[in-house]
Amino acid sequence: MSAGRLPRLIVLLALATVLPHGDAPRAQSLVADLSHHLIAITTAFVGTQVVAFGVAEGGGDIVVTVQGPREDVIVRRKFRVAGIWVNRERLAFRRVPAYYVVASTGPLEQIARPDVLAQLDIGTEYLDLEPIDASGLEISEIASFKEALVRRKQELGLYSREPIPINFVGEELFRTTLKFPANVPPGIYQVQVFELQDGFATDAQRSTLIVSKVGLEADIYDFAQQRASLYGLMAIALAIVSGWLAGVIFRRG
Amino acid sequence: MDIYLPIAEMSVNLFLLLGLGGAVGFLSGVFGVGGGFLMTPLLIFIGIPPAVAVGSEASQILASSFSGTIAHSRRGNVDFRMGAVLVAGGFLGSAFGVWLFAQLRQMGQIDLAISLAYVVFLGTVGVLMLVESVQAWFRMRARRDTFTRRHRHLWLHGLPFKMRFHRSRLYISALMPLGLGFFAGILASIMGVGGGFLMVPAMIYLIGMPTAVVVGTSLFQISFVTAVTTLLHAVNNYTVDVVLALALIVGGVIGAQFGSSAGAHLRGEQLRILLALIVLAVCVKLGYDLVARPDDLYSLAPMSH
Repeated sequence: MSAGRLPRLIVLLALATVLPHGDAPRAQSLVADLSHHLIAITTAFVGTQVVAFGVAEGGGDIVVTVQGPREDVIVRRKFRVAGIWVNRERLAFRRVPAYYVVASTGPLEQIARPDVLAQLDIGTEYLDLEPIDASGLEISEIASFKEALVRRKQELGLYSREPIPINFVGEELFRTTLKFPANVPPGIYQVQVFELQDGFATDAQRSTLIVSKVGLEADIYDFAQQRASLYGLMAIALAIVSGWLAGVIFRRG
Repeated sequence: MDIYLPIAEMSVNLFLLLGLGGAVGFLSGVFGVGGGFLMTPLLIFIGIPPAVAVGSEASQILASSFSGTIAHSRRGNVDFRMGAVLVAGGFLGSAFGVWLFAQLRQMGQIDLAISLAYVVFLGTVGVLMLVESVQAWFRMRARRDTFTRRHRHLWLHGLPFKMRFHRSRLYISALMPLGLGFFAGILASIMGVGGGFLMVPAMIYLIGMPTAVVVGTSLFQISFVTAVTTLLHAVNNYTVDVVLALALIVGGVIGAQFGSSAGAHLRGEQLRILLALIVLAVCVKLGYDLVARPDDLYSLAPMSH
């Protein structure tokens, strides 16, 4: 938890280059890639799958994490007020991954200690979710908000519940299937593949995956965001024309 | 067949949307109401974010009310002078409503506000309509002629800024339709409804307009107010999904045609009882969701600012 982003990266690089475990030093024991690097959200998009695969010669455990674009998120809690349920308390979290999935060759707790998992952002329960201005809230309340954030994301299919299994094909070739639901948020996704031995990361690879609206969907969204007043006028014109058309068509019939 | 909605950022079955549009269009054809009060809650029930449901529904109501306005004005059933005053009030109301919507959304209370507004208005209108139509039905069965609505002069009519409305044969204060329009504008922008279910009785019983011009004038006003609401939601909240709106419009237009021919075969009182029951059913469902313990007390929202 204490390590920042830059020191963590240095640790990783150091681990990857200086500490190849095993009896004989190798140039690179982990090579991994994705079946696609672009998920295109089109009109007919209903979700998709991406295969992460690679070769690990070290014989250690493999863990794959996918993190979506980060955004600040507000978590609200309802209380009963005069008989009805009303949002009363809130806690915002800074730079929450919009999507987070972990795949591994085994139970995370058997692969590494919690502090190692936390440092590498492995596992939903070890994610570093930092509250914004939690003053006035008990530690236990903050924990409930954090749990709720993960739980609601899991219900939306955006966070994994259990680690997805990674299968070995033969001795060294591994693969896993990552699912992306229809509501996957567009943005740049970071995919990290770790090789761990004896509870420590011995190698790591990072690659990016882009989730993007394409074609008409992208055009409509960009238009609505960037030229909002023109978009609004077009929406009005569309409604008026179709209303008028309906009158014309059905008056004849 | 699933279709991805670019603004709602979710994929929905296209035939579900067409079916919803068709079913609500059918009902609006039968009863002569816009159907926004049914469509917006239904969209929320199928998982469309409430803000997007309200913004997109405004443009669907625009399509159907514009179509209706043309038909009514051809028969001379629109009081344009009265309509213009209502629209002026409606513009102010909808500007205020969209601002209020953005505030409530930021406070995390928009879903609650939408539900509460629905429960209060649908409950009131549903009960009044049910009582009135059941009474009318019994009177009809007793074979007595009951068409004796008389324009009463209320203190409201005596407010300053008096105006003459030839088509409605009224000489009343312009503040009254202005205020009514303002109120309907707020409802349009917060509830995603045209407000016909409230406007029509208010125009008959409060303003005292002749029934013949009420529906046409109300549709005229709704066209303008929903147009402005669509624009304001698009600019302030980015919540107008044209793909969603188009699917609903297509379904609604077809449903409305079948509905109006089916409506011609049913009795007025029976229709109103049926409509009142539908209104009350939606009200009860929304009311129950407010008091029942939610599955999860926590909810997520992106931090917009």
